[in-house]
Amino acid sequence: MDSNPTAGLKGRALACRRGGRTVFQALDLRATPGDLLVLRGANGAGKSSLLRVLAGLLAPAAGTLDWDGEAIGEDPAAHRARLAFIAHTDALKPTLTLAEHLHFHAALRGASGTNVAAALDAFGLAALADTPARFLSQGQRRRAALARLLAAPAPLWLLDEPTNGLDAPSVDALARAVARHRAAGGVVVAATHLEFAGASARTLTLGAA
Amino acid sequence: MNWHRYASPANFKRLSDRLMPWTAGGAAVFLAIGVWTGLFASPADYQQGETVRIMYVHVPAAWMSMFVYANLAVAGAAALVWRHPLAEVAGRAIAPVGAAFTFLCLVTGSLWGKPMWGTWWVWDARLTSVLILFFVYLAYMALNSAFDEPERGARASAVLALVGAINLPIIKFSVDWWNTLHQPASITRLDAPAVDPSMLVPLFAMAVGFTFFFLAVALVRIRAELLERRLEALRHARVAGSTIVERA
Amino acid sequence: MNAALALVVRDLRLALRTPAETLTILAFFVIAATLFAFGIGPEPQALARVATGIVWVVALLACLISLDRLFQSEADDGSLDQLVLAPASLELLVLAKCLAQWLTTALPLIVVSPIVATMLQLPAQGYATLLLTLLLGTPSLSLFGAIGAALSVGARKGGALLALIVLPLYIPVLIFAVAAVEAQIAGLSPRPHLFLLAGFGVFALTITPFAAAAALRQASE
Repeated sequence: MDSNPTAGLKGRALACRRGGRTVFQALDLRATPGDLLVLRGANGAGKSSLLRVLAGLLAPAAGTLDWDGEAIGEDPAAHRARLAFIAHTDALKPTLTLAEHLHFHAALRGASGTNVAAALDAFGLAALADTPARFLSQGQRRRAALARLLAAPAPLWLLDEPTNGLDAPSVDALARAVARHRAAGGVVVAATHLEFAGASARTLTLGAA
Repeated sequence: MNWHRYASPANFKRLSDRLMPWTAGGAAVFLAIGVWTGLFASPADYQQGETVRIMYVHVPAAWMSMFVYANLAVAGAAALVWRHPLAEVAGRAIAPVGAAFTFLCLVTGSLWGKPMWGTWWVWDARLTSVLILFFVYLAYMALNSAFDEPERGARASAVLALVGAINLPIIKFSVDWWNTLHQPASITRLDAPAVDPSMLVPLFAMAVGFTFFFLAVALVRIRAELLERRLEALRHARVAGSTIVERA
Repeated sequence: MNAALALVVRDLRLALRTPAETLTILAFFVIAATLFAFGIGPEPQALARVATGIVWVVALLACLISLDRLFQSEADDGSLDQLVLAPASLELLVLAKCLAQWLTTALPLIVVSPIVATMLQLPAQGYATLLLTLLLGTPSLSLFGAIGAALSVGARKGGALLALIVLPLYIPVLIFAVAAVEAQIAGLSPRPHLFLLAGFGVFALTITPFAAAAALRQASE
């Protein structure tokens, strides 16, 4: 897989316009299988916008975006199927339990739901599986959102400030999940202020021009 | 993406500069002919008397209300399919003009109705359909201006323009259906009366004059919208520039 | 298909866990209809003449109120991103949301409607047709309402804007449904009106998924 020069995510000359202003332009990025690409930049530099472009939610104003050498616009459904997107919101319903959330998420993404228990366990939420989300603390809610990554496996992870509100052990749990994902050939793109432990990450700084 | 080139304010300004004398001049000439022939050079109706002259405003206004809506739907389709910024701006610019024609049609219909029916408002099928068209215009304008990002408003209202375009014929049909159920067919409709050839001249002149007027106003309004967007972009650039200074 | 089914189940579960929302809509339905009695007067003949129209207008408004949060709640907590990014087609998910909305709002309204109709002195021969028109017509309300709800996600002025968008689209439903019941009461055949009502429902079913999905994609840009 590593021998394939087009494998993974590749963006060339990407530009993004929002609300009449150019958020970023002439942006090149590359993330091959096993890569962690960390997005950095000041507030408003366009980290979240870039993640939404990479997810296919927002069409770039210019440039091309490929996965394994094929433009993601060619087959948007295939791109949606290969990505897991964790936004800065947790997407939790107050009255649903964590297990219900993850089972729904797995079904929504066409996965079986057999990974739900393991996903909860990986983020230390096994004991809270039957707890409605409204009882959770900020950090627990964030972990529940992150557990989605494992409940419905996808090769491309797009994470927007994944460590927000997490304590040190939880950040370690995320780092372990990211490391396992990368070892299995997955790609991670994360906008974050924190370093992931032991991560030989590539860094892309926005707004530096 | 080279669509942006045609939508650039400079290019549109050049185009509108060239068109403006023709549209404004055409509006002045045809409206003058329409007013003169409508008021003085055409006969009064043998049944309706002088009030028939309201028709020279009412009927062209009704045509314009539909014509402008058709423009709105085309602009909406262009905005959605090609993401053409000029189409987005055009929709926002022409909707109030269409709403104004629709309102004019309603007011003149009401003024016409008073001597004919003895009341300011009758749930006549045509007038009711025009009223609903007016509501759709209001919804379009409200949706267009309901978002902080103007692009979002433009694209959402473009979807509404298309949904409305598909629905309006059905609503019109249902209103006709409703009207025939509740009113005996013998009641006088707000139809154009049997038209004498001498009435066609003012009617036609007013319709052409209204169309030119619409084009002239649309050009001015689109230009103003483009300038407003430019201003907005400059403001954004200033805000973005100030953060760079702070970081340096 | 499983994704759509899961979404229906999730929304039903959410509605069951907070039954107050459905009950509030039902209470609105009954109270608003009662207001008409105060506005018109208690004479049975006067009420009977307008009973069908009142039941339908109030049902339509109740449906409208419930639509306000249909997609806005998904957008507020970030679930909308997950729906738009699901591999399943967004058009299908929109229909799933509509089905759940219909089951949790319109269906309870239909169940309660005979009580309201009785209070408003609806002539006895109109009940069956009223229920039939509600069954045939309310899906169109949910579907067209979903377009309006999707278009107004993130808008500054929620509820009134939704009403302005959606109510003109509801006019044919109201006309055909009331005409059917009144034809039945007058001893005429309601069939042509019912066919038109059903036809309009099919029409709503064909354009809603595309319009609402397009609006939701815009909302999650």
